[in-house]
Amino acid sequence: MGEISPLHYIILSTIVFGIGIAGVLSRKNIFTVLMSVELMLNAANLAFLTFARSMADPVGQLFVLFVIAIAAAEVSVGLALVIALYRMKEHIDLDGFAKLKG
Amino acid sequence: MFETILFYSLAGILVVSSLLVITRINPIASALSLVLGFVALAGLYAMLSAGFAAVIQILVYAGGIMVLILFVIMILNMSMEELLPLRPNRIVVALVLLIVMGGAWMPLAVFISSGMSGAAHPVVDGFGGIVEMSKLIFGRFLFPFEMLSLILLTALVGAVVLAKRKL
Repeated sequence: MGEISPLHYIILSTIVFGIGIAGVLSRKNIFTVLMSVELMLNAANLAFLTFARSMADPVGQLFVLFVIAIAAAEVSVGLALVIALYRMKEHIDLDGFAKLKG
Repeated sequence: MFETILFYSLAGILVVSSLLVITRINPIASALSLVLGFVALAGLYAMLSAGFAAVIQILVYAGGIMVLILFVIMILNMSMEELLPLRPNRIVVALVLLIVMGGAWMPLAVFISSGMSGAAHPVVDGFGGIVEMSKLIFGRFLFPFEMLSLILLTALVGAVVLAKRKL
């Protein structure tokens, strides 16, 4: 970690997390929203690994592996839902999925 | 010096490809730039002496998850008219950036620079390698690891049930 302090990594992780939130809130394409969620998960992973390195504790790295496995499960179920929704509505515009809107 | 150049180039690739992900209209272009971002992220993981996590990032994320997303995008086979451009809700985006950039990282910056700046703890040989990881996985964290396999099985069965036309 020599020349680059943990602060740099944390700031980078914050920037990527902010980009992910902006993508989730401003896009209407369901795939882009899913990919923005992936960006946010990866920003969290980067923060985990930064603190694992700066505290010399490998448990943080183990949590990254858990997060990656959970993300794989999340993506597979999410994409199955997208396919089911497309079959029902014939489009993927998120504004069209407003049946439960109060 | 070399480490600084490496960090800033990888960070630049990551930020630019993340911005491409949320601005491209075509989801295929978004997915491919996300793959590029994941590869840069794996390089950053390797710089943080997390070799095993970097390999898993490439294998599972860039290899597995992104192929799944691309596969589904191609199954649905949308026409170009269905793809909606970025409709920037300027107020929401500005608010988010303000909160995340201002509210989250300033306290973090103060906390980190006061508490743990400077030299990081020295790490043992093989830190972040597969041997150290396996000692934890099959020792202290054996139960969560087995739960993880149950979660993956549930996701597998759930995806088949949800996406199949007729069971």
